[in-house]
Amino acid sequence: MKAFTELYSQLDQSTKTNDKVSAMVTYFTHTHAADAFWAFALLTGRRPKRPVRTSDLKLWATELAQVPYWLFEESYSVVGDLAETISLLIPLQESNTHKSLTEVMNEIIAIQLKPDEEKKQWLFNFWNNFSREELFVFNKLITGSFRVGVSQQLVFKALSKTYDVDERVVAHKLMGDISSQNLDLKELLLGETASFDASKPYPFYLAYQLDIPFSELDDIQYWQIELKYDGIRGQIIVRNNQVHVWSRGEELMTDKFIEFDILKSLLPNGTVLDGEILPFKDNRILSFNEMQKRIGRKNISKKTLADVPLCMMCYDLLEHNGEDIRQMPLYERRKLLETVINSADTSVLKLSPVLDCYSWEMLDVLRNESKTLGCEGLMLKHKESIYETGRRRGKWWKWKVDPYTVDAVLIYAQAGHGRRANLYTDYTFAIWDKGELVPFTKAYSGLTDKELVEVDAWIKKNTIEKFGPVRSVKAELVFEIAFEGINASPRHKSGIALRFPRIARWRKDKNKEEINTKEDLLQLLNSVS
Amino acid sequence: MLIQFTNRGIYCPQADVYIDPWKPVSKAIITHAHSDHARIGNSSYLSHTDSESILRYRLGEISLQTLPYNETVVMNGVRISLHPAGHVIGSAQVRLEYQGEVWVISGDYKVKKDGLTIPFEPLKCQHFVTESTFGLPIYNFPESDELKIRLNDWVKENAERGLNSVIIGYALGKAQRILNALETDLPILLHSTIYNTNAALGFDNSRYIKFTQEFKKEQLNPGVVVATGTAVGSPWLKRFEPYRLAFCSGWMQLRGARRRRNADKGFVMSDHADWKGLNEAVEATGAENVYVTHGYKSVFAAWLRERYKINAVEVETLFEGEGVENESPEPEAPQQ
Ligand SMILES: [Zn+2]
Ligand SMILES: [Zn+2]
Repeated sequence: MKAFTELYSQLDQSTKTNDKVSAMVTYFTHTHAADAFWAFALLTGRRPKRPVRTSDLKLWATELAQVPYWLFEESYSVVGDLAETISLLIPLQESNTHKSLTEVMNEIIAIQLKPDEEKKQWLFNFWNNFSREELFVFNKLITGSFRVGVSQQLVFKALSKTYDVDERVVAHKLMGDISSQNLDLKELLLGETASFDASKPYPFYLAYQLDIPFSELDDIQYWQIELKYDGIRGQIIVRNNQVHVWSRGEELMTDKFIEFDILKSLLPNGTVLDGEILPFKDNRILSFNEMQKRIGRKNISKKTLADVPLCMMCYDLLEHNGEDIRQMPLYERRKLLETVINSADTSVLKLSPVLDCYSWEMLDVLRNESKTLGCEGLMLKHKESIYETGRRRGKWWKWKVDPYTVDAVLIYAQAGHGRRANLYTDYTFAIWDKGELVPFTKAYSGLTDKELVEVDAWIKKNTIEKFGPVRSVKAELVFEIAFEGINASPRHKSGIALRFPRIARWRKDKNKEEINTKEDLLQLLNSVS
Repeated sequence: MLIQFTNRGIYCPQADVYIDPWKPVSKAIITHAHSDHARIGNSSYLSHTDSESILRYRLGEISLQTLPYNETVVMNGVRISLHPAGHVIGSAQVRLEYQGEVWVISGDYKVKKDGLTIPFEPLKCQHFVTESTFGLPIYNFPESDELKIRLNDWVKENAERGLNSVIIGYALGKAQRILNALETDLPILLHSTIYNTNAALGFDNSRYIKFTQEFKKEQLNPGVVVATGTAVGSPWLKRFEPYRLAFCSGWMQLRGARRRRNADKGFVMSDHADWKGLNEAVEATGAENVYVTHGYKSVFAAWLRERYKINAVEVETLFEGEGVENESPEPEAPQQ
């Protein structure tokens, strides 16, 4: 636990990506296999179920800290994080435990089913024997989200350095749902043909916004042009007569998209499709919101299924007859994709049409027309491109219709004026910059009154600090900000100023790890100026 | 009542004197030289002897009378004396006594010793005016020696990696504590505000480099830079690259505060009392009436009522406590 706490503190305190990677490399190199696996699982957001109810946790913490409950709540509202609040309130002591991370994790799993009194004694035992830093990390493990400001990609990078394995291999071997297995990371990563979980998706290949002139691109005939859809990027995996659906956020969403279940009988085993999951009815794409609402529901009724049917607009084939074909050029993958979709012959799989386009001028026209089709612009994919890992420049580009958009996380809020004087309606948003969130723009309106009230209530519950009329809030809610232009601005801390920024919509489907980076915006800036 | 809370500040009508007024008055007693307590425009000032030079440096030409600790002046029958508050050099609690009624106005204070200022003196009184900057049980500050080890370890670690250590703290109080805690042979460079403040305090500057435009990177290579909050995010800092940045403040107790400032490191170092200190101070006065000013006023007052069964009320003031954003309740340059 000590070594992991040390790692956590280093990751938490460092603002430099290189420092973070080297801290992880040091940890992975020196820790034994079981702990390394747990550290990996925790750093990439895989965590066992909460063993203790939040209400019990608060109650027992006030008992040990000897503060009245109301004072605990006041403290919590200032700190904004339950794990941290408890670690600050419990009387300070020297660290007095030698349990390994694995031992602690096993205890956390084992205690789940025990009676409350036993849980309490178990907690007190930890709380009385941990240093403040250990206490904080331990509390993080048993409460809400365990995040430490490293992306999954960064963890992969560290593992790739530790074991000297290609980053893409690391990514694929460790994608998806592996928390149930106690793996030896080293064995898995260095092993020749480890047996994978049949549900495992491939890392997604993501495109950058086109930011270089056409003159720097190959002739247009080398490019496959498709529409850019506004849905949920996903992979459908058929293996061992089972269907798995993964979102780009690496969530297994099979049970949310039940119409794809029939594919186990329509697609051959060893098929992996990449595409956009869309609400689609009467030959028309429905609004993204409709789908979001459907996803939010616990149970999907027959009526919902009929009202908001989903399909996948397929644009790539990653695995064919059990073979990883990502190294094939796109034009060959496309041919196979067409055969697969046509022989499946089902309304839940559609083939993303390839647009005919003979000149760059025509491309501009097509881009503007895409909006009338419910799309956000175009995708340009080089016909020779292999299927890469992660976000890369060069062979795949997205070319969105104006206005520009950026996904950002809410960090400050201020009350509005007039009719909205009681509501927190003026927001400041942040994007990532080298692993840290930096504020970069304000944005107003764009939300419905109902959403405003919802966000307002959330803000009041998740305030970290108040400075005058401004509150800083937990970085959690992601919004898509639309804007008309971008300028360099030395006056702003981020160095960037947006023109007419406004909230396009609330992205409940995204978390803060998935938002844009300052680098994205700087690239956009360079491309427009 | 001997004391009233008015819109000009804390007022004693019998003596016709204000304590730390925020609007100009004829007679002002100043607890200490931080800008939210010592403002310009008063006709005459009274402060502790050790505050004299720094007050003159910051406020320019003023009519100032000084008093050592524990010496009494009488104003229209009110016996007034100053007592150590342990906050910064020259900081004082003001004790006022008239016809058996005793008030203590503590200004800003801390109970923990910092090895630099004369330690806080507990005083018996019936009415106690206290701050509450860190008036929540989450604020428990480490001892100075523990802090010293952490700070020096961090500086050493950076130096071994060829990095400069930039440490942020405000010029009066924090900067001197940081310099006192540093145990290193590395060159130490001071932001000019800090250098000048040191000079005004009579703090020995001979070991330090004052920043000037002639500064060359090689003078550090690597070293330590002590600067005020105004340097953060400014181009001025760029010249010290590569560096790691640390803040010294009580707010660094909270992870969120540290992260928002983009700090590589936060050292929990404050010139204000923590939760335990505030409780100890209030208890030691034996006061039945406690007036809670800047900070978590309402929470701390409610706690005092519940825990000690005393009359505790919150009082609105314009005092600011420990700066959050720029860490700097002080003007950048002396006002002449
Ligand atoms: Zn002060
Ligand atoms: Zn103050």
